[in-house]
Amino acid sequence: MDGAVVASGLRKDFGTTRALDGLDLTVRAGEVHGFLGPNGAGKTTTIRVLLGLVRASGGHVVLLGGDPWRETASLHRRLAYVPGEVNLWPNLTGGEVIDLLADLRGGLVPARRADLLERFELDPTKQVRAYSKGNRQKVALVAALASDVELYLLDEPTSGLDPLMESVFQDVVQDLRHRGRTVLLSSHILSEVEALCDRVTIIRNGRTVETGTFADLRHLTRTTVVVETVRRPDALAAMAEVHDLSLEDGRASFGVDPGDLDTVLTRLVEHGVRSLVSTPPTLEELFLRHYGDEVPQHAPLGA
Amino acid sequence: MRAPTTADLTGTRRLVRLAARRDRWTLPGWWLGLGFFVAATTALFADSFARGGDLVEETRLVATNTGMRLIGLTSGPSVGGYMLHREFVTLAVLAALMGSFAVIRHTRQNEELGRAELVGSTVVGRYAGLAAGVVIAVVAEVVLALVLAAGMVAAGLPVAGSLLAGASVASVGLVWVGVAAVTCQLSSTARGAAGIAAAALGIAFGLSGIGNMLGTVDRLGLRVTSAWPSWLSPIGWGQQTRPFGDARWWPLLLALLALAALVAVAVVLAARRDVGRGLWPERTGPAGAARTLLSPAGLVWRLQRNVSAGWALSLAMFGLVFGNLTEQIRGLEGSARDWWIEAGGTDVIVEAYQVSIIQMAGMFVAIHLVQLLLRMRVDEVGGTLEPLLATGVTRTRWLGAHLAVAVTSSVALMVLFAVAMGLTTGQVLGDTGAHVRALVGAGLVQVPGILVVGAAVTAVVCVVPRWSVPISWSILLATLVVGPMFGPGLDLPAWLQDTSPFTHSPKAPAAAVTAAPLLGLTAVSLGLAAAALVSLRRRTLSLPA
Repeated sequence: MDGAVVASGLRKDFGTTRALDGLDLTVRAGEVHGFLGPNGAGKTTTIRVLLGLVRASGGHVVLLGGDPWRETASLHRRLAYVPGEVNLWPNLTGGEVIDLLADLRGGLVPARRADLLERFELDPTKQVRAYSKGNRQKVALVAALASDVELYLLDEPTSGLDPLMESVFQDVVQDLRHRGRTVLLSSHILSEVEALCDRVTIIRNGRTVETGTFADLRHLTRTTVVVETVRRPDALAAMAEVHDLSLEDGRASFGVDPGDLDTVLTRLVEHGVRSLVSTPPTLEELFLRHYGDEVPQHAPLGA
Repeated sequence: MRAPTTADLTGTRRLVRLAARRDRWTLPGWWLGLGFFVAATTALFADSFARGGDLVEETRLVATNTGMRLIGLTSGPSVGGYMLHREFVTLAVLAALMGSFAVIRHTRQNEELGRAELVGSTVVGRYAGLAAGVVIAVVAEVVLALVLAAGMVAAGLPVAGSLLAGASVASVGLVWVGVAAVTCQLSSTARGAAGIAAAALGIAFGLSGIGNMLGTVDRLGLRVTSAWPSWLSPIGWGQQTRPFGDARWWPLLLALLALAALVAVAVVLAARRDVGRGLWPERTGPAGAARTLLSPAGLVWRLQRNVSAGWALSLAMFGLVFGNLTEQIRGLEGSARDWWIEAGGTDVIVEAYQVSIIQMAGMFVAIHLVQLLLRMRVDEVGGTLEPLLATGVTRTRWLGAHLAVAVTSSVALMVLFAVAMGLTTGQVLGDTGAHVRALVGAGLVQVPGILVVGAAVTAVVCVVPRWSVPISWSILLATLVVGPMFGPGLDLPAWLQDTSPFTHSPKAPAAAVTAAPLLGLTAVSLGLAAAALVSLRRRTLSLPA
């Protein structure tokens, strides 16, 4: 039952370039799974391996209980895909493309097609060449979401949508979740991932660097503490548990690992705590920590 | 609509400078490439005649050989004239492509990619973009004329003739500067604009070729006078200057007039449309797909049907013309008659003629087949294959759909040509039914040979999609050059001619059809297609990044 997608140690070489380098990804059945990583990290390549379009150079991958390279067509009847870069046939209308792709996948739910067209405000009579990037993306979204399948693979599906359409998209994905469908969502829009995803996998340079629920991930990262005390808490400077300390008169800010919080607070109390704000890391900080080379582990605060 | 004023041209000079800057490598590349080509081929011919080749005899050969007349016009024995007979069409086509690509690059492509919008928001007039594209292209053609002349002079040809020859080649290019200016207004995509311009080029070549084939040879067999169809074609005008023969400049005026007229038409059309759009409006279409579209083959047919329809129209037209020509063929005498007899392998002149014409139609169907099959590469490298294969469609089924459409279209075109030719042949000779039947049979037995080329292209597309375009066209060109149309004329060794599938196609209706070559050709096709399939199923797709 669990494990709509199980990939382990996935490798892919394009010539001398290594696109995937031992990537692990597990998407449980019925969850919305966020797939994050900087540009060029290997998200699209991973999804193409899952679709059997690209053959992995090494590692194991199981999709819906099958081998995506060997059982390509039968597995594809059970999933729907929205590509990151939507390339469609310029001289077909949007409506024709939606019907064509859905039909070749095994059919669509007509009522859902009509509903999605209305919610996304998409005119299906226009030729693809006349659509903007956002509208082309809507065509691909409607074609995928109008089909009732087990797994939806969405590769940055909202990068061209306006905020209004973004919220429509989030509603539609919430519906999918309530109906017990599995979604793998690659995205750069953090609020979207935070709002929709049960678990996330962060990859970088073709390798998985972090995976789990947000609570799990936050646990791995330092909490920021800003505290005002009666006496200047100089003792903190000597503590190994305290990181990036900045002290000003009666005010101190620093980062601390969640496990050390108790020890540090005990010492703080001795200085007479007037106020204390403790902030778990935002998703943005999590991201920057994994994405950037130069970004400090802990953003300096109180400056 | 108000008349264009000079204000509409504001900023043209700056746009020309921009265009020149963007083309600073492209255009010199064309000039040098063509200049070197013409100098090298001229030197090659001059050298071979200096080493004892008989110029008069060679000239007589190309003048009296109807097949060779398709590509050139003979104006008496001279090294320059001989070179122009062989290379004029190639040079003219390349000059036309250089000119039309330049115009498209600086007009329609700018609009399609949205650059024109940015430029249009600054101080430039409505027609400045079009004017700049035309100016840079005209300048490119003028320079080309001088470079070609220099190349010929360097290879030892007389100066006056070389200048006229260079100007003649460039005159064809100038007309296509005008043609492209018009097609840029018609189509909303650069690809579409280039496609229409190229189609016009094909028609122009057809007309000049037919005009020369139907032309009359003088008593000595050294000078051809073209028939009227040549005069309908800008390529024909360029040939009529006869630079190393009687050397007349006035046919170039026709090209200049055509350029002026076409640019005027382009201006009128441009005034009637919005930036970014074509004259043909973006039509809305059905909100849902028809049942016939809902299969890979249905999709492929939808995407290719315009290509097939274009070919059908041209082949039907040529079929009617060639059938009608049977009249002239019956009256042929002397060396012209001998050529057909030898090529056809029978001394019944009408049948010999039909053999060659059906073979030629087969060549065109093969070109069409390569064009259709290369669409697979567009699907894959352009990215539309990705959403398709993410559905229940397998790679095998996708390949099958392309093959089914391409093969069906090839058979249909061959039959269409044969029927068209049979109808007019029947008008000349009577007994239409019998001629139609015989020609359809003759056409159908060409199909296995054509399909070998198709299977080879399929294998190339499936094995190396990124390089498939040059490789595929090279394969086609090679099979044509060493095949029965040109192989014997070029005196190629038999084993080399045997490598072309067309060499093995039956010479129907003149000779009886035997099963062995047809089965052999079919077996080769199946083998190549199987290899293509195996490769396609094993490899990683070349999708866009």
